[in-house]
Parts: sequence; C-alpha cells; structure tokens
Amino acid sequence: MAREIPQLNTGSMADISFLLLTFFLLTSSIDTDMGIIRKLPPPPDPNQENVDVKKRNVFNVLVNKYDGLLVQGRPMDISQLRVAAKEFLANPYDRDDLPEKKVENIPGLGEVKISKGVISLKNDRGTSYRMYVAVQNELTAAINELRDELSQQRFGRKFSQLTSEEQINAIQKAIPVAISEAEPENVGGGK
Amino acid sequence: MARFAKKGKRAVPGINTGSMSDIIFMFLFFFMVITTIRESSLLVKIKVPVASEVSKLERKSLVSFIYVGQPIDKKYGTESRIQLNNAFASVKDIREFITREREARDEVDRPLLTTSLKVDEETRMGIITDIKQELRQVGAFKINYSTRKGSVVQK
Repeated sequence: MAREIPQLNTGSMADISFLLLTFFLLTSSIDTDMGIIRKLPPPPDPNQENVDVKKRNVFNVLVNKYDGLLVQGRPMDISQLRVAAKEFLANPYDRDDLPEKKVENIPGLGEVKISKGVISLKNDRGTSYRMYVAVQNELTAAINELRDELSQQRFGRKFSQLTSEEQINAIQKAIPVAISEAEPENVGGGK
Repeated sequence: MARFAKKGKRAVPGINTGSMSDIIFMFLFFFMVITTIRESSLLVKIKVPVASEVSKLERKSLVSFIYVGQPIDKKYGTESRIQLNNAFASVKDIREFITREREARDEVDRPLLTTSLKVDEETRMGIITDIKQELRQVGAFKINYSTRKGSVVQK
C-alpha cells in the first residue's frame, strides 16, 4: 500500500518570489539610454591638402568659453539657431549668398537638389558641455525638420515613421548630416 | 419563493494560492529581462544635459561607457575626471580600454561598437575634445552623447 504523501504548503512561495522581485526592482535601473548619435571623422591625413570650400557653402558656428554663440560672424541666441541653420541648408529661394545645390538622381526620389552646404562647428576648450550639446541638438533638429518636410512631401509621412529601408536611405542621401567639427586648436594655451 | 431560499450556512471555498507564485515569478522574469544591472558604480557626479532630438541606443551589449564628471569624493579634487569601468583614468588609458572592449566582443560585432559619453553638463569641452581625439586615433568612430529628454531653448 502506497504511503500517503503530505501536501506541500505553497502559500509562502509567493512571498519568497515577491521578495526576489522587490530585490531585483531595487538593484536594477531601467535606464533607457538616449542621446545624440554622431560619427567622428577619421584622423586627418598629414599628406592631404586642405580642400577649399567656397565661402557661401560654409555656415560658421562658434561657441566661446562664456557659452556665447557666434553664427556667420554675428552673435545669436540659441533659440534662433535652428531656423538659421534650416534656412542655410535649404536655401529655398536660391539666393546666391547661400549654398549651391547639385542635382543628383537618387533611386526612389528621382532628381533631387542636394545642398552643398556644410555646417562648421567650432568650440573653445572652455565651453560647457551643456552648451555644446544644446548647439549639436539644435543643428540636428534643423536637419531632422528638413528630412521630415521632404519625407512628408514625397512619401506622405514623417521621416521617423518611414519603414522601408529604401525610402530611409533616399532621404538620408538627399539631406545628409553635414556637420563638420573643426580640428581642435589650442587658442588660449593650457587647459 | 421559498424554493430558492438557502438552507444552512455555506462554507466559502478556499482560494488556491498555488499558482500565485508562478504569476509573481513571471513578473520577476519580465523585470529581469527589461532592466539592466549597472555594472560599474559611479565615482563621479553625472547629470547629463537635456536635448530634444534624441535617438535610442540599440543593442545595449555593444555599448561601452565613458563617464566624465566631478569626483563624488572630494579628496580626489573638484576638477572633472574620466572614469573607465570602476576606476579613475586619464585620456591615455582610453586606447587600452577600447581595445579591451573590442576583444570582448564577437568579430562580427566589432565595427558596430558604440562609445557612449556620459558627461556631466558642467564639464568643460577641453577634456571632451581630448577624449574625442583619442577615440578618432583608435578608430572608435561611433559615439553617442548621452542626454536626458527635454527642451533646450526655454530655460
């Protein structure tokens, strides 16, 4: 005759797993990592000669050590930078003091005028990181808005909502991230 | 209506709590999967700056972090320092750090390695420029400026 097996009391099992749960909740952090993604250029080639870029194709942004902003030789508030950068890159009225455009055939978009404009960003060693990120953010915002507009026009939805790889590549090619950071110079001397 | 009248006291059946633990365990596994345990404890004070145009970092396992900020412990001074893994480091140590991070990954994933800069907003750009120059030399071109979500302009 088989012996009767006494039943296990599993009521406290839930308490134990609750304890484990709270332990993991406390020790881990849900830290979704967000940020501005950039690609650094490869180190400069000493044999390479300086490429002359036409003055009209360059948008100079300087940040000094007091976090002051100088755009195209004029002081500017950060709140206006996005609009200024957008106008420079888009050059909607084909003004001849704003960058040239070259017509290129992009699969999926057809003939597109691509701006030759480059944003040149230069900062001092004393600039605060907060200001630097703010400037980078505004410049990225300008490019993102232009991409959204083009995407809305051609595909009927925003750039971030595009799903087809081909469409994303086409827009990225039509409006590249043309932000160039100057080679650091030690202007003031020391750190 | 007496036909429906209940006779006597009815015993309330006991609730079976056996499956409760399974449910809680499911919760536990869910949380374990979606969260990440911070491997290195911070030695520097970091409050990342705000930005609105942020994108999420994909593939957490392919991200290596460089922390820069003021030391929490005042005996290390008040100047911004670099933290790699669990110790203070100098700009020269970045080269070795990146090489080691690369070796820890599969051959296929190495070009996708991203370096995330977690930098305090009060830091001066000088040290960041040095780090960026060093990363360029090593060939770690993909970087990410870690930020909080927020609006830059109105302050």
